[in-house]
Amino acid sequence: MTEALVVVEDLHIHFGAARAVDGVNLAVMPGEVLALVGESGSGKTTLIRAIQGLTHPTSGKVLFEGKEADARHLPDVQMVFQDPTGALNPRRTVSEIVAEGLRIEKFKGNEAEAVSTALSRAGLRPPERFLRRFPHEISGGQRQRVVIAGAMVTEPRLLLADEPVASLDASIRGEILGLLRNLVDTTGLAVLVVTHDLGLAWNIADRVAVMYLGRIIEVGPTEELLDSPKHPYTKALLSVVPETRGMEQQILSGEIPDPKRIPSGCRFHPRCPVLQSGESERLGIAERCRGEDPAIISAAATREAACWAVKAIAVAG
Amino acid sequence: MNARFAIGKVAGALITLGFVLVFNFFLFRVVQTDPVATLFRGRNIPQERLDQLRAEFGLDKPLGGQFVDYLQQTAQLNLGLSYQSRQPVWNEIKSKIPATVALVGTSAVLSAVIGTALGVAAAWRRGTKTDYSITTSTMLFYSMPDFWLGMLLLVGGAIITGIFPVGGIIDAGSSRAGIGRLLDQAHHIALPALTLTLAYLGEYAIVARSSLLETMKEDYLVVARAKGLRDIKVRNRHALPNALLPVVTLSAINFGFVLSGAIAVETVFSWSGLGKATSDAIRGPDLPMLQGLFLLFSAAVILFNLIADLVYGRLDPRVRT
Repeated sequence: MTEALVVVEDLHIHFGAARAVDGVNLAVMPGEVLALVGESGSGKTTLIRAIQGLTHPTSGKVLFEGKEADARHLPDVQMVFQDPTGALNPRRTVSEIVAEGLRIEKFKGNEAEAVSTALSRAGLRPPERFLRRFPHEISGGQRQRVVIAGAMVTEPRLLLADEPVASLDASIRGEILGLLRNLVDTTGLAVLVVTHDLGLAWNIADRVAVMYLGRIIEVGPTEELLDSPKHPYTKALLSVVPETRGMEQQILSGEIPDPKRIPSGCRFHPRCPVLQSGESERLGIAERCRGEDPAIISAAATREAACWAVKAIAVAG
Repeated sequence: MNARFAIGKVAGALITLGFVLVFNFFLFRVVQTDPVATLFRGRNIPQERLDQLRAEFGLDKPLGGQFVDYLQQTAQLNLGLSYQSRQPVWNEIKSKIPATVALVGTSAVLSAVIGTALGVAAAWRRGTKTDYSITTSTMLFYSMPDFWLGMLLLVGGAIITGIFPVGGIIDAGSSRAGIGRLLDQAHHIALPALTLTLAYLGEYAIVARSSLLETMKEDYLVVARAKGLRDIKVRNRHALPNALLPVVTLSAINFGFVLSGAIAVETVFSWSGLGKATSDAIRGPDLPMLQGLFLLFSAAVILFNLIADLVYGRLDPRVRT
């Protein structure tokens, strides 16, 4: 097995009483696209901000190639944001924006050439047409390409993408996702993409990790996880994706709970359809669901779900 | 800069000035049907003398004729004769400009620089004691009427302690020249300038603070930080240049009012500038003087708005198109 690029070990991030990230293990391999899926408020964004080093963990570690995040070479990890308009300084030209990463790392090579290469790799061709433009003079899709060029110019090993297409027109989404996938396939870059959209994960991810209330509750290779989800939460999420026809729609009751008051036992149990339907009673695990926290999924896990019912069925079957 | 953008702005300014010219003439004609009669109200002046005065001021002609005269004269910078001093209005105004520019200009620059710095400091320490004390104190001065603040400072700084003179621009009867004269003027300008600076600090502090707080939410700051730019550089390179755009507009507008003087504060400190000239002219009423002053004030405001537009176009690429 190749060495992981990033390893997250038992990460906790608390904001006062709120436990935004509450025990996460995760590994990202070189050259893979890992999708982090979950509702808003599940802690996805906090998790990737911690990986970038923008948020300090309350406890636990983020290791980049075995080194603590503080010690790593910063340009190795870059970010792409949801809203490209906000991510670009309106008073800078495209070439200044793309060059910023190089200037911060005191790049010794030919800056103009590196910027042009990054722009054309991001699909802005010919790059000369874009260099002197300001962000308000180009389209939303082009802006996101500028953001991606600015991230890719330092030739990072890992790209953290926070809802990279959520604010774009449907027609442009596919192009941007295709661009990301292409960068991964041609450069060996690893991408950790945060999304609430399972359809997006389906399109570009090699692996999917599902997050709920600060913890990863199911992880697995994309096809396997989306074809046969095990965790009742993943099943519910999938049942409402338009692409998965034939599955009975399962609308979860209630909102995602307040991260200041994470439920005891399995954090999903107040909304869990398995428990509500009496299935847990039949399996004889209802008490466990309410009172005992399922073990945290390990970073090495290839396919796992943090659910008492899944474990009970596996033992019985 | 885009030439069409600049030409459009200049044309807009000229059109506005044209409106002011017309409006300025009719405004005072509507207010005053017979200025000469009002001017010598209650005095026993023979009818011939009144008629003679009317002819002297050009008031015997029909309104249309007066308007044409007015336009021709104004174009030659001839603003007519002051009713009160019988001197050409333009000479009267010219002699007061330096005093007003010194006083209001100094305080406009000081309040812009200090106010912006305070607002920036408050935004960076949002929610702390520094923030609260800056916001509260500048707002306190801002909400005080400036003449009242002026009176308080006058009582405290001149009457009780005697540190500063009570009014005027130089000591009466002083014959000092050179450095001595300058120091004397600085001594006199201190209190009125302090009054005006304090009165306008709040505007800058509050605009700079809220604009910077707004800018600090922007994603491009996170992007820069994520790329490894140190916090202090993120602030200076990305946050400040964008956040200070509204301050540029605000200062330009305020500088436009520098020539208008400060009617109340100049009166409180007997500062013989354009503001005091205005209040004296209103008392007359000295129509040609008021007309001239209004024209000058409007022209200054229009000019500085034009400058603000052009500078803004340079600073913010988004408004250039």
